[in-house]
Amino acid sequence: MDEVALRSLIPGVLGVLVRRGADFAAAEDAVQDALIEALRVWPDDPPRDPRGWLVTVAWRRFLDVVRADAARRRREDLVDEEPQPGPVPSADDTLRLYFLCAHPSLSPSSAVALTLRAVGGLTTRQIAQAYLVPEATMAQRISRAKRTVSGVRLDQPGDVATVLRVLYLVFNEGYSGDVDLAAEAIRLTRQLTAAIDHPEVAGLLALMLLHHARRAGRTAPDGSLVPLAEQDRRRWNTVLIAEGVGILQTALSRDRLGEFQAQAAVAALHADAPTAAETDWVQIVEWYDELVRLTGSPIARLNRAVAVGEADGPRAGLAALAALDDSLPRYPAVAAYLHERDGDPDTAARLYAAAARRASSLAERDHLNRQAARLNAGRR
Amino acid sequence: MKYLLLKHYRGGPTPVTEMPMIDKWTPEEISAHVRYMQEFAARLQDSGEYVDGQALAPEGTFVRYDGEGRPPVTDGPFAETKDLIAGWMVIDVDSYERALELAAELSAAPGQDGKPIHEWLELRPFLSAPPIITE
Repeated sequence: MDEVALRSLIPGVLGVLVRRGADFAAAEDAVQDALIEALRVWPDDPPRDPRGWLVTVAWRRFLDVVRADAARRRREDLVDEEPQPGPVPSADDTLRLYFLCAHPSLSPSSAVALTLRAVGGLTTRQIAQAYLVPEATMAQRISRAKRTVSGVRLDQPGDVATVLRVLYLVFNEGYSGDVDLAAEAIRLTRQLTAAIDHPEVAGLLALMLLHHARRAGRTAPDGSLVPLAEQDRRRWNTVLIAEGVGILQTALSRDRLGEFQAQAAVAALHADAPTAAETDWVQIVEWYDELVRLTGSPIARLNRAVAVGEADGPRAGLAALAALDDSLPRYPAVAAYLHERDGDPDTAARLYAAAARRASSLAERDHLNRQAARLNAGRR
Repeated sequence: MKYLLLKHYRGGPTPVTEMPMIDKWTPEEISAHVRYMQEFAARLQDSGEYVDGQALAPEGTFVRYDGEGRPPVTDGPFAETKDLIAGWMVIDVDSYERALELAAELSAAPGQDGKPIHEWLELRPFLSAPPIITE
């Protein structure tokens, strides 16, 4: 059994322990211990019933901890009971776990960490490596998160929107580190679509698949960013695109539009264009109009200005941009691009250099500096 | 998001207090200051926001390449360089506001007479990996 298959068992195992009466925090610790044990033992000695093995080891581990903890003596009644074999985890158990780990009382980074551990079945060490923090720091973040939600009843209905925001954050963290967070976010969102029927969950899954499909085209062999218009579209994953478009179409047909469906629609229009020149920018502008209406997000307005620049010409794009706050991230980069297309390389070069100074990632900074250098070289 | 909190021996804006150098404090005042810094780091570890922290010796050497087959050229140390870094702490927080709050907390470390030193700290964001979804 590979590691991903192993991890997919974790929410169900956790659900069994909680239903047998273990509190969430203790159960989650016990399941993590069982997971680490499984990663150690299974390669040489694979169990016949992996899920049963995990339940047995986690439950034993939970009992050990409870017995060792004198402060928990009042639970003796519970621990002396012979555990009944747990029922097969229901979709509801899994859904409750998502809600709990993305509870609104948690900060975004805590919700991300708890979701990756309790729902994703990643070890604390893997999560720490993925986010480039010490393991002790990540362990603290997770245990604090568990304390924060300790009073939350598991049978309370949760808010899907908070879960989706957490999964979006995991996906957008990128491809750095040993753990492929983008792939993990897709797996967790796919699992969520099986637990709840909601067009925005489907919309987010479609959005992730459509962006994941372009992964091979996004970076050059030297690691530098390749802009969408210059990507080799033959390197895009057509299977993922087809799946993303299919999921999106089904979601859209339910006529309950949300921000993730609108974003996925933009991604689908890009994926659908055989060449950059054939992109349907008029439709993309319409989807950004929807997105702005739904969220009022300044980022959506900025992206809309780019799309307007493509659909109606750079002057129109610059006019749309003029209405926005120039302190927005990527504002100077967008302005530079539109000025270059408007035939003003001097202004564009200056703005690209300014954009590089404001970039929040190394790859973006390098890309923007190269753009400025290209224009400056052209003028010499 | 990660931030570097830079502590300077010298450099940055004009100090807001006329506090004498640390060697003019009492030993108890120094101990209280050190304890505050340690407790600050411990609180960050406890809150899951701590990444790293180090102190630096004040004297350093400038080094540069001097051509193929030649030894590196060194210069310094410079006693009166205008910007001198004393140490750093790396934090991983949810927002810029939280980073400001923590920097201010560190700047409130006690000095002479147990009063906050109001030291200027420099806050620098890390460049991260590029996000996947930008359009």
